[in-house]
Amino acid sequence: MRQIETDVVIIGGGATGAGVLRDCAQRGMRAILVEKDDIANGTTGRNHGLLHSGARYAVTDCHSAVECIQENRILKHVARHCIEDTGGLFITLPEDDPDFQQTFVNACRRAGIETKILTPAEALRVEPNVNPRLLGAVQVPDGTVDPFRLTAANILDAEEYGGRLLNYTRVVDLVINQGRVCGVNCVNVKTGEKIAIYAQQVVNAAGIWGQQICEYADLSIRMFPAKGSLLIVDYRVNGMVINRCRKPADADILVPGDTISLIGTTSEKIPYSDIENIRVTPDEVEILLAEGEKLCPIMAKTRVLRAYCGVRPLISLGDDPSGRNISRGIVLVDHGDRDGLPGLITITGGKLMTYRLMAQMATDAVAKNLGNTQACTTAVRPLPGAGHDDVYAPQVSIPVSGSAKYRHGERAARFLADDKKQNAVICECEMVTRGEIEYAVHNLSATDLVDLRRRTRVGMGPCQGKICACRAAGIVSELTGEDDALNSIGEFMQERWKGVRPILWGDALREADLSYWLGNNLLGYQQLPSSDGTGNLTTNDVCFMGKMDKEGA
Amino acid sequence: MLNLLDTSFDHCIKCNVCTTRCPVAEANPDYPGPKQAGPDGERLRIKNPQLYDEALKYCTNCKRCEVACPSGVQVGTVIQRAKAKHGGFHQGPREFILSHTDLVGTLSSTAAPVVNVATGLKPVKTLLDKVLGIDKRQSLPKYSRQTFRAWFDPDRQTKFERKICFFHGCFTNYNDPTVGKHLVAVLNAMNIGVTLLKKEKCCGVPLMANGFFARARNNAQLNLGQFADKLNDNNRVECIIATEPSCAMTLRDEYPEVLQVDNYALRDRILFASAFIARELADGNVPKMKPVNLRVAYHSPCHLIKQGGVIHTMELLNGIPGLEVVMLDQKCCGMSGTYGFKKENYQTSQRIGEAVFDQLTTMDVDYVVTDCESCKMQIEMNTGYKVLHPITVMAQSLA
Repeated sequence: MRQIETDVVIIGGGATGAGVLRDCAQRGMRAILVEKDDIANGTTGRNHGLLHSGARYAVTDCHSAVECIQENRILKHVARHCIEDTGGLFITLPEDDPDFQQTFVNACRRAGIETKILTPAEALRVEPNVNPRLLGAVQVPDGTVDPFRLTAANILDAEEYGGRLLNYTRVVDLVINQGRVCGVNCVNVKTGEKIAIYAQQVVNAAGIWGQQICEYADLSIRMFPAKGSLLIVDYRVNGMVINRCRKPADADILVPGDTISLIGTTSEKIPYSDIENIRVTPDEVEILLAEGEKLCPIMAKTRVLRAYCGVRPLISLGDDPSGRNISRGIVLVDHGDRDGLPGLITITGGKLMTYRLMAQMATDAVAKNLGNTQACTTAVRPLPGAGHDDVYAPQVSIPVSGSAKYRHGERAARFLADDKKQNAVICECEMVTRGEIEYAVHNLSATDLVDLRRRTRVGMGPCQGKICACRAAGIVSELTGEDDALNSIGEFMQERWKGVRPILWGDALREADLSYWLGNNLLGYQQLPSSDGTGNLTTNDVCFMGKMDKEGA
Repeated sequence: MLNLLDTSFDHCIKCNVCTTRCPVAEANPDYPGPKQAGPDGERLRIKNPQLYDEALKYCTNCKRCEVACPSGVQVGTVIQRAKAKHGGFHQGPREFILSHTDLVGTLSSTAAPVVNVATGLKPVKTLLDKVLGIDKRQSLPKYSRQTFRAWFDPDRQTKFERKICFFHGCFTNYNDPTVGKHLVAVLNAMNIGVTLLKKEKCCGVPLMANGFFARARNNAQLNLGQFADKLNDNNRVECIIATEPSCAMTLRDEYPEVLQVDNYALRDRILFASAFIARELADGNVPKMKPVNLRVAYHSPCHLIKQGGVIHTMELLNGIPGLEVVMLDQKCCGMSGTYGFKKENYQTSQRIGEAVFDQLTTMDVDYVVTDCESCKMQIEMNTGYKVLHPITVMAQSLA
């Protein structure tokens, strides 16, 4: 068994965990982050990507609203390249209570969120696709944030300060010695290697999975899993975030994210035992489409690319059947203080939006326990990529260099080379070049196709990996010298397929059919060995349409 | 920025068939091909208009992508519109001269002898090349001393009971009225009279290719107004006919799709000449013809392929006695109207046309036949063959 010693071990590679790793590393602590899958694989990567202004919570939860607007301003500075300052609208439709607008504006004012009331004509001018039936709109400083990029940038920065990421490493137990948590036992899920990491402080940032971590120490923290589903449409139907000006309800936010728009979310309480097996139901798809059309009527004739869902990691505070009235507030527990078990800190609740603040709070607690007096600088130091240096790449076409800069900020300079091979476009929907893939493998710890997607958007466009999966897998395998990436094609396409399945009609169906013909009949994905490392053919790894046949769809 | 009129790009299933059929992508590695330039690029341009790709200027608007597309995406139109919206057209004096065919035609045909000699002189060609960027290896079309309209005698058409209206286009009017004269002869031999519009403007194809959309829209509106007058029930004019495939395509398809000028009420009565004549032949209205005893190679123009009109021309040619027709591979000649005249496009244009030129050099035919004046120029400049319009061949066979 491999043994590692460090100051802090962080469990969970979501935005919060990555933020804690960065914060610890910047304050001079030795820190390791362990993640059972890949970064941003859980709730972090399964939400709107909405950079809240806080307006959505202003009426119901002033405290959260204040946190949001403060973090909103900070992230627009330190994570510039992960954020788009699109602005947002809260629109009032004829079926909405017209008096709510004033209540809303007053609440925003109390929370310190700037608002601007627009007439329908003004709203249509700034957002031509908004429902023309609107009675009015309020403009707020909402924006969008890319959760994958945000997490990757935090990890990258942490690593540059000496932090370490161990992904695909699952925590199987807490090491408890003389009434004190002093490390974690882990297993590398790809190789089966056992690793013991000894640390003075363990931070549980595992989100909804944090309940299991606490159970290792017989502590009880009860999570309230609420499933939220979203739909992605083919292109940006809206330029600004569009919300309904009413109390938060199902499917009332339409967010323009990168090249697409997404509509969400639903909210449904699920048993904790189901958190690994959530799926989008037909009813949810119908609600999302019907409500989305009310925000932007063009949605009705826009192709849906995929559906996905995530689990909100809320702490159970009562018997609320929807989970919506629970505060999204941050919960920080030092189990030394609360449960007499020093060495373990749980940070949970909150939102993607407040990940940095959560990380700061957790790191403050860690620092206090370790006697570290360094101040937190994450609110002022820009993340890698968020700098202002211009990237000069005249030899690359504008859509290629523009997309690269959009994703990686000034770090794009590291791969936008004057080299035809490097600049070859691999993913044509999202303009990902070979150079960018090499950068993701060498600098952002991508080892297979699924990892690569989160760091580059490979396979996230309309074709859902049909054209690029094979090309990208070849490049990653060539770079890593291992077959992981090649073998991950099946898993990757399966994951794409999972998202396409709930919306399988019209053009998405035609697209999937062509994918099937290319993947299975032409390229023979079915014959690839499984990605479990054994090299055996398993029916589970059979490419996505194999699954379709099996399930009789 | 998102007020989208056309969302056909949304139906693209990324099959890449359009790119495999794009003559430019095959010849010029700097052009990313219609899929990337069209539907892929459109998603990026909606996200951020600054992601517009300069390379869209290489598109010749041949429309082969639209023919190939199994999903009904108007790829070429998406590209044209993007160029228009994002300032993708260079508009200098050269573009003005090459595209304003009726204005330049009016001026040049008056001074035809001088202009024709001048544009053929080496120093002038060098000057045009250096100053305007019109490639000196290309020969500008000659102008006719007498326009087609001046030649046309409406009095000789009054005796016919049936009538059509001929949209002659700029080339036939100003540069070479031969095809127009032959059309009149052929139709008269079929007992059909020819009339002209009271006023006719350039269909707009060269204007659109050079980004003069407002001008093209004006022309479209004027022409459609003229069509409506002509096709009014009292005149008993059956339809509008064009002998130039690009004109016919523009009048029928580009007006509504690219220029958003509605021609719905008249569209069915705007026909490419072969379509009309082939229908007449099928209905038994066959003029007296004598065997021509010729072997010709037929080159199908891109814009005729777009209309699905090649079959009509083939039927017309097959109806001519003593004519042996060899069908060339359906490759683009690379000229694309004004495209091949531009210095920066010369090499691409030549490389695209190579397949056509090469195939012709291996053949033993008397003439090349094609419907398009632009293809005719390119093939005549690059092979030893004389190129005839199908209507000309038919006129020659009239007994």
